[in-house]
Amino acid sequence: MKTIFYFLVFPGFLFALIVGMVASYIERKVTARVQWRVGPPILQPWYDLLKLFTKESVVPENAHLLTFLATPVLFMVSATLVAMYAGMAFFFPDAAFQGDLIVIVYLLTIPPICLILAGAASANPLASLGASREIKLVLSYELVFWMTIAVIWVKTGGELSLVNIMNKPPVMYSYSGGIASVLALFVMQAKLGRVPFDIAEAETEIMAGAYIEYSGPLLGFFKMGQYILLATLPFFISSIFWGGVNVFKYVALLVIVILVENTNPRLKVKQCLKLFWFILFPLSLVALILAVVGL
Amino acid sequence: MNKLKILSKSIWVFHFASAACNNCDIEILDVLTPRFDVERFGVKLVGSIKHADAMLVSGMMNRKGAEFLKDLYDQAPKPLAVIAFGSCASSMGMFKVSYNRVIPVDEIIPVTAYIPGCPPRPEAIIDGIVKVVKKLRGEI
Ligand code: SF4
Repeated sequence: MKTIFYFLVFPGFLFALIVGMVASYIERKVTARVQWRVGPPILQPWYDLLKLFTKESVVPENAHLLTFLATPVLFMVSATLVAMYAGMAFFFPDAAFQGDLIVIVYLLTIPPICLILAGAASANPLASLGASREIKLVLSYELVFWMTIAVIWVKTGGELSLVNIMNKPPVMYSYSGGIASVLALFVMQAKLGRVPFDIAEAETEIMAGAYIEYSGPLLGFFKMGQYILLATLPFFISSIFWGGVNVFKYVALLVIVILVENTNPRLKVKQCLKLFWFILFPLSLVALILAVVGL
Repeated sequence: MNKLKILSKSIWVFHFASAACNNCDIEILDVLTPRFDVERFGVKLVGSIKHADAMLVSGMMNRKGAEFLKDLYDQAPKPLAVIAFGSCASSMGMFKVSYNRVIPVDEIIPVTAYIPGCPPRPEAIIDGIVKVVKKLRGEI
């Protein structure tokens, strides 16, 4: 009973969705202000979602039906699970368990996998292009992400529980933790699929990539998943690196994401891979060595 | 709550340019710029017809373009508003006597609103959006 409540209402679905919609509104509004526009009204994300659920869904004739229909739902559910575990550690420390860090990190790889499957299942050349680009994106950032998690693990003396990590002094205030937290910002940007790492969506090149064939409620599930991820990732990054979450830290991270998004051009696939593997990965290695040495 | 009422608050627009002379397309981009900023009304350009709530058709419909237009209209998730943009698409514009059989859009698919002009001014485009919104809400 309690678990269902956690999943559906408080740290999970409903709460994360609402926070995500507010975050998405902030994103669009700040973007608009950066471009000297007025921007959408505050309820715009809600209207978008509501509208998508009133429209009909078109399934392409050649698509693999089961995969095509299941992936948006899985996308949203896995995002919700991340929100639930990350939220539980913060709001209900008693209900959290040992090793939820690992669970969250694994769960965070499921949405991209869903996206890849969705793109491959929708029988559209641009969608498969989007899927292939998403694979390359995942390949690039995942290594660095695990390295930053390893830095956390070493710095906190082998802690794998979010609650205990949050109770220790913030990892950020050390050389290794400082480097790792900057790297984590890159990874967060890539995981959210925001510019400069929006190569898999690339509205102007491949027309939203894997999402291209989705419409109506199915697209709505993807949108909900994205909102939830937008709510959760800054939350998660802030709780492991900045020693817990509060509104200021959360909004600061969000604004970093938005400003980077608005001031950078999209990277090419090759550049993205190069950036992560040959620049950020050695840096993360340095951070790990520093952490092992105890700096 | 009425379905179409919600739709009118978040119109995602797909732009179908069939051999427009490019002035129309530039004017469409104009309404997204800071001076006019149609995102205030939830209007957004999307790249895929599957995401669209409104199809903006600009340019002269020739025989080849007409087939694609029909195809796209059939593929789009309904309800879909179709807007004929510019005099080329609304009537036949200055290409009326062209050899490749120019046809107005409303002879191919049902059109919700017309935006006249060659090219229409941004104000006329916003007026067109208002017309579409009113029509979706059932006010006209
Ligand atoms: S209506 Fe005028 S501006 Fe628009 S495509 Fe036709 S000729 Fe060009």
